Amino acid sequence: MHTKSAARNIFYGGSLFFLLIFFGLTAHSHYYAKNVSTDETTLTESVAHGKKIWEDKSCVNCHTILGEGAYFAPELGNVWIRFGGNDDEEGAREALKDWMKNQPSGIEGRRQMPQFNLTEAELDNLVDFLKWVSTIDTNGWPPNEAG
Amino acid sequence: MKYQSQKIAIAYFAVAMALFAVQVLGGLLAGFIYVFPNFLADLVPFSVVRMVHTNALVVWLILGFFGAAYYLVPEEAEREIYSPKIAYLQLIILTVGTLGAVITYVFNLFEGNVVLGLQGREFLEQPLWVKLGIIVAALLFLFNISMTVLKGRKTAITNVLLLGLWGIAIFFLFSLYVPDNLVLDKMYWWYVVHLWVEGVWELVMASILAFLLLKLTGVDREVVEKWVYVIVALALFSGVLGTGHHYYWIGTPKYWTWIGSIFSAMEVVPFFAMVVFAFTMVWKGGRNHPNRAAVLWALGSAVMAFFGAGVWGFLHTLHGINFFTHGTQITAAHGHLAFFGAYVSINLAIITYSIPYLLKREPYNQVLNMVSFWIMNSAMAFMTVVLTFAGVIQTHLQRVNGDYFMDVQDQLSLFYAMRFGAGAIFVIGALLFIYAIFVPRKELISAPSTAPAE
Repeated sequence: MHTKSAARNIFYGGSLFFLLIFFGLTAHSHYYAKNVSTDETTLTESVAHGKKIWEDKSCVNCHTILGEGAYFAPELGNVWIRFGGNDDEEGAREALKDWMKNQPSGIEGRRQMPQFNLTEAELDNLVDFLKWVSTIDTNGWPPNEAG
Repeated sequence: MKYQSQKIAIAYFAVAMALFAVQVLGGLLAGFIYVFPNFLADLVPFSVVRMVHTNALVVWLILGFFGAAYYLVPEEAEREIYSPKIAYLQLIILTVGTLGAVITYVFNLFEGNVVLGLQGREFLEQPLWVKLGIIVAALLFLFNISMTVLKGRKTAITNVLLLGLWGIAIFFLFSLYVPDNLVLDKMYWWYVVHLWVEGVWELVMASILAFLLLKLTGVDREVVEKWVYVIVALALFSGVLGTGHHYYWIGTPKYWTWIGSIFSAMEVVPFFAMVVFAFTMVWKGGRNHPNRAAVLWALGSAVMAFFGAGVWGFLHTLHGINFFTHGTQITAAHGHLAFFGAYVSINLAIITYSIPYLLKREPYNQVLNMVSFWIMNSAMAFMTVVLTFAGVIQTHLQRVNGDYFMDVQDQLSLFYAMRFGAGAIFVIGALLFIYAIFVPRKELISAPSTAPAE
């Protein structure tokens, strides 16, 4: 009986201890995410709207973003960089929008992305979102442009 | 079955098994699309198939937990469930919500609507009205079970089970917070996903496993309960700060690479403890329980959880390795074996144990059930190995050599074909299990002549 209550008390006390440390560290991480790893002054309404479109279309159930999501389609956290956005902003924007407009490819034996019929403004929102995501400080991930 | 209200579990298990069938058939379809990517592409995109696969899984596992609670709490608390009516109302809410979510996904209804449309964050895609329904149902459940426990006998098993179920409800609240900043979005998304499956769900698993071992082996309750507290302590001590292994590459501070690596490396310990616990109890207990299938599933669950969640989790959890493997088929391999071993198997174990009592068929033929055990376990083991090989190749070609995603995927087609084959076998095993559970059969083998069930 004695050892059981000791085990129980260690469980309750220890779990509370680790939870408090965890909450403290996430509070700091929250501050860090808003001020250090991202620049919230660049988080425009268009970026926020682009994120909403990203969610409404359930993009994450084919693609990954910062490595999280489905593994059916390419990583998009760095797609802006992969499309050369850091060198040629306009070119990358047009290329990304054209890519989305031209889906599905219909090629036999090739994975198909649906046609979402986004307006010109919505396409720009989505590109703004993907561009913003590429500026997040991710400790150097992914290892290369391939994502 | 000693208490009338334990019958509530039948309804929960029935809905859970229906969703289990939906889940594995959805998975099979998704695996087929990997092999034949043009199939259904214009009608049902891969994303929708995957949502059905993952959402059905999560909902049926939780329904199984609820069913398990309604079955075991009366026996532990030594009294009837506080209100069977509330229990059935809760099931109706959850069933309506689940059907609503599936219909919303498949027919793409109310797209963009804040209340009615899907919310496309992985695993938390349920429309807001469904999420609120889930919260209401969870509160009904917690009220009902807490009232039962408070008025009855308090045991370590019900303590830990209740704590786990309260944790599930509390951390689910973070699914309502959807900030515009993707880093914050991801950080709190893991409050639900990680603190569920690598935190409070382990409490539920440990308590169900303890209940089963208590009933199946006849080992002294004191011994079992001491083990339970040790296991759940190990689970939370490692698992809470182990959340850090999801905070390496999403824009959170660098100190998480070390905290996450160290603590998540220790997440294997509670799973190893569960293996030792299960085998020691069965070996020490010496009772030859007639429900051999339930013993098999209980031991199988501990072993496969150890490999899936423990070993396969450890394989890619250190940040130096995860830098290359993050978000590849390695993760898929780990995810499949971990969910199957830990949470699918513990659910199938409690269902296998309780159904003969609930349907008054004891002892009954469980040969088919045991056949389904070996089919499902072999198929899942094979699938895990195949995906692991695919992941290693993908990691090398894409993350080390820098080849483009689709070029790499084309080179993995053989593995995806084998994964589909393993999936097809698994589906046969799953359907056989459901058949064996719900369709009564005459006994084919003679029951052991030892002591009957507790």
